[in-house]
Amino acid sequence: MFWKKGGWLIPALLVWILLYHFLQSSADYLTVKVFGLELNSHLGGAISFFLYDSPKVLMLLALVVLGVTFVQTFVSPERTRDILARRAGAWGNLLASLLGIITPFCSCSAVPLFIGFVRVGVPLGATFSFLVSAPMVNEVALFMLLGLFGWKIAGIYALTGVSIAFISGWVLGKLKMERHLESWVLEMPFNAQAASDFRMSLPERLEASVQGVKEIVGKVWPYILAGIAVGAFIHGYVPESLMARFMGKGAWWSVPLSVLIGVPLYSNAAGVMPIVQALLGKGAALGTVLAFMMAVIGLSLPETIILRKVLKPTLIAVFIGVVATGILVVGYLFNFIL
Amino acid sequence: MPVIEICGSGCAKCKTLAERADTAAKGLGLDYTLVKVTTMPEIMARGIMSTPAMVVDGVVKVQGQVPSVEALTSLLVGR
Repeated sequence: MFWKKGGWLIPALLVWILLYHFLQSSADYLTVKVFGLELNSHLGGAISFFLYDSPKVLMLLALVVLGVTFVQTFVSPERTRDILARRAGAWGNLLASLLGIITPFCSCSAVPLFIGFVRVGVPLGATFSFLVSAPMVNEVALFMLLGLFGWKIAGIYALTGVSIAFISGWVLGKLKMERHLESWVLEMPFNAQAASDFRMSLPERLEASVQGVKEIVGKVWPYILAGIAVGAFIHGYVPESLMARFMGKGAWWSVPLSVLIGVPLYSNAAGVMPIVQALLGKGAALGTVLAFMMAVIGLSLPETIILRKVLKPTLIAVFIGVVATGILVVGYLFNFIL
Repeated sequence: MPVIEICGSGCAKCKTLAERADTAAKGLGLDYTLVKVTTMPEIMARGIMSTPAMVVDGVVKVQGQVPSVEALTSLLVGR
C-alpha cells in the first residue's frame, strides 16, 4: 500500500541522484572509448556535450516538473484571482507578478483566465502583470537554471522577470486601456465560480505530479534533443571569437537582434536551456542570452494570437511593445553591470 | 437523471477527466448523460476559469484538476 501511495518515489529519487552523479564520466567514456574521438576535437566536443547534456537536461526536467507540479496542486487560478481581486494599486501588480510564477497556467487557458480575472474586478494592470509573469518567469525554467547554472543566474532571471511583469502591468494599468478590450469580454454572461472545494489527498497529489512529469517530458523531449543538438554544434564548432563578436558585450545591436529572433521562436522553457548553456559557455554576454531566453519563453506569438480574441489590436501592440522594451532594458542592464 | 458536463478545449487532461468521470458514473450505476462542452463562450457562461472542469447538474464540481476515479465517485455520490 505504501508503495502504491507514492513510496516508490523514494528509491527512484536515490537512483536519480546516483545516475546524475556519473553522467559526465559515462559521456566522456562513450566518446573516447566507444566512438574513439578526442574530447577536445570539434566532433568529440560536440558528441560528448550531446551525450552528457541529453540525459542531464531530461533528468533535471523530470525532477523539476515533479516538484513544481506537486507544489501547484496547492495553488489554483481561482484562488489567485480572489487574492488579486481585493488588491488595488502597485501592491496588486507586485502580488500578481509573484503569483504568476507559481500559479498553474497554460497558454491555452489564457482567454478564460483573462476574462475571469477582469470580470471579478482584478484591475487590468494587475491582470497584465500576471499574464506577463506567468510565461516569462517560468517555474520550470527557473529551477532548470538553478540546476544548470547556480542560484545567481536563477535569481537574476526571477528578479528581472518579476520586475518586467510588475512595471509593464503598472504602465498598462496607468494607460487606461479598458476601452481596448473586445466588447464581448465585458458583455457576456459570467458568473464567477469559487475555487472548487475539492481537496486532494497526498497520494493524489503525488499521482498528479507523476502524471505531470509523464505528460510534459513525453511532450517536450524531441524539442529538448533538438535544442541540445544545436547546443552541441555551437559547443563543438562555433569559435569563441565569432560568438564574442556577435553576442558579446561590445555588440550593442545584439540585444535587440536576439529579441527579434527570440519572439517568433516558440519553444518550451526546457528546450531553450541547452542553447542558453552553449551560448554562455562560448562567451556570449549574459544580458544578451537572458534577453534571448525571455523573448523565446515570455513573448510568444501563439500566446498573443490567443489573446487577440480578447484584446483589440492597439492593446496587443502596446502589450508587446511594453514587454519587449522591458526585455531590452534587462539585456542592456546586465551587459552593462556584469 | 444527472447531466455530467466535461468542459475543456479537448486537451489530454480533458479526455482523461471525461474517461474517469465516465468510469465513476458507470461504477455507481447512474443513469446519466455525459456532455462535452468545448466552446469558449459556453465554458465561460458556466463561470469556469481553468479547464478541465466537471459540472454536474449545473454545479461546478471540479476545476483545473483531474481527480482520481475514487474521488470523482465520491463527488458524484455527494451531488
